[in-house]
Amino acid sequence: MTDPSPLWEVFVRARRGLSHTHVGSLHAPDAELALRNARDLYTRRQEGVSIWVVPASAITASSPDEKDAFFDPAADKVYRHPTFYEVPDGVAHL
Amino acid sequence: MYGNDFGAPEEASGGGLLGEVEAAEAALREAAARQRRGAPASDDDLAGFFAEVVEADQKIEPRDWMPEAYRKTLIRQIAQHAHSEIIGMQPEGNWISRAPSLKRKAILLAKVQDEAGHGLYLYAAAETLGISRDELVDLLLNGRQKYSSIFNYPTLTWADVGAIGWLVDGAAIVNQVPLCRCSYGPYARAMIRICKEESFHQRQGYEILHTLSHGTPEQKAMAQDALDRWWYPSLAMFGPPDGESTHSTQSMAWKIKRFSNDELRQRFVDMCVQQAEILGLTIPDPDLRWNDERQAYDFTQPDYDELMRVISGDGPCNRQRMAHRRQAHADGAWVREAATAYAAKRAAENKEKVAA
Amino acid sequence: MSERTPFEFTLSLGDDALIAAQRLAEWTTRAPEMEEDIALANIALDQLGAARLLLTYAGELEGAGRDEDALAYLRDDRQFRNCLLVELPNGDFAVTMAKLLFLSAYQLPLYTALAECADERLAAIGSKTRKESAYHLDHASLWVKRLGDGTEESHRRMQAAVDQVWPYVAELFAADPGAPVDPATLRAEFDATVAAVLTEATLTRPETGWAPAGGRDGVHTEHLSYLLAEMQVLHRAHPGAQW
Repeated sequence: MTDPSPLWEVFVRARRGLSHTHVGSLHAPDAELALRNARDLYTRRQEGVSIWVVPASAITASSPDEKDAFFDPAADKVYRHPTFYEVPDGVAHL
Repeated sequence: MYGNDFGAPEEASGGGLLGEVEAAEAALREAAARQRRGAPASDDDLAGFFAEVVEADQKIEPRDWMPEAYRKTLIRQIAQHAHSEIIGMQPEGNWISRAPSLKRKAILLAKVQDEAGHGLYLYAAAETLGISRDELVDLLLNGRQKYSSIFNYPTLTWADVGAIGWLVDGAAIVNQVPLCRCSYGPYARAMIRICKEESFHQRQGYEILHTLSHGTPEQKAMAQDALDRWWYPSLAMFGPPDGESTHSTQSMAWKIKRFSNDELRQRFVDMCVQQAEILGLTIPDPDLRWNDERQAYDFTQPDYDELMRVISGDGPCNRQRMAHRRQAHADGAWVREAATAYAAKRAAENKEKVAA
Repeated sequence: MSERTPFEFTLSLGDDALIAAQRLAEWTTRAPEMEEDIALANIALDQLGAARLLLTYAGELEGAGRDEDALAYLRDDRQFRNCLLVELPNGDFAVTMAKLLFLSAYQLPLYTALAECADERLAAIGSKTRKESAYHLDHASLWVKRLGDGTEESHRRMQAAVDQVWPYVAELFAADPGAPVDPATLRAEFDATVAAVLTEATLTRPETGWAPAGGRDGVHTEHLSYLLAEMQVLHRAHPGAQW
């Protein structure tokens, strides 16, 4: 069964010279909508930022120093989304 | 510092609470920087490692081992918090169409929109614990998970929008600021982000009431009426008194919760008294007075029987709020299905292209 | 239609934006998905922001001391100059997206042209709002495609929505040669934009000779008076009060 609205990880480049930083996650049926939603939710449409969205299921996590989750993780899901990382200065509402 | 961070609206500064959020953020960074052993030594060491991380005020992260009850408690708490943000949009959303000036309309719309955003941040934090948002939404819609009972009271006048901002958001901030130091990383980070935005909410509510209480006699009466109706339900937001609170002790040991219900309630009352004075409004409690010995205000407790009735479903708006959310969810089903079908078609096309 | 004064022209743009904002804001807490609640609120906020700029400037052009709130709250429906399209009820999500597609496909070239016009204030407003309109158009197009080419039900609803709303498009492009931007000049770009979206969405443009109009002269549908009654009730109940 496919997830009706998969999870996407959102990465934002706050301004030129900085790398994209993980800012959170969201649900959307496809990449185009995920990108729009990311803009509304995580940048409130600040101009000049660059956003990446990545299907959470496409992320392979290497976590050598962590025991795998003990709560029966589904193979196609990434529980390691360190949501809400601190955001570089310079983007309002981010 | 509580109670001193609000002067007249024009000079209101972030002050104490926002300062605490920033301090929590700094503490988070500092704790992250402290060197310590990075992983449990063996499978026998899991619980010990967990306890050590919590004890050291460092953060538990999504794939760490955690006691099952810790995970369940967090899911319940974060989900209830997320549901509260989403249901909480309704009482204020009720006044967007009738906001009395275009400026107020814009601010209120932005505020209610923020709450949707906060709900989504929190659902995402809950999802890191291994439960999906769809499951959580189902738990809300079928009544198996609760939201804050304050949103089961109606917004009858425009002043209620002010009272919600000042008292309800104020109480929420007092509750939430300590959560910025919660032991679970994603929740703590979500709370830092949310608290920063919430401070604007509280200020806009206070400003609405300030304008009303310095306006026409009718406006001032409207403001007082709102305070009269929202005061005790706001005090009840901190939950039952410490002796009767079922989840508190364990949550405090796990550093999910960092102050007791009664401590936070007291802090809130102490904060509000002077703010009400500046508004020129009267807190509807004849027994409210300063206690020099305790260095705090004595006050009348809210009616906890009423709180229990509202929690169990018999508040003025429980049925209305749930019916509204269920309706929106049901009405949107065909749209969500369409988006899923469209995405599936495009994915199939791409596959064909690759195969060809 | 007789030639409009700069005040009337500006007022009509402001009213379009205000009434569109009021309708879009009705979706708050009711959107099909929580992310969409946020998106619709964003678009409503953009429209409301544009309305405030335009109504403020209209008040200055008029020179009678009316500010944005006087114009928004103290006029009756016969004094409103918005097009009929924006006052139509939201209907289902498909109707709302059809309305938004047509409105934004009209506002984008309008504001873009306005940004180049001789009136500095209108030019400044146009250069700010055209970026917002591009976002609204993008959002509406995205959804019209998904609904049109989604499920059978969504296709049926989306086609019905286009059929219902399409006749109200004609009014948007009534010629006004004296205006800073003559709406008639925007029609070709509008048609090209909309045709591309509808085609990709597997939808058809209805053939109809019916072209309801009157909004620019203050002759509206029955819906506007109800919308205003709700919008204005509190403001009017307290004459002269500050908020």
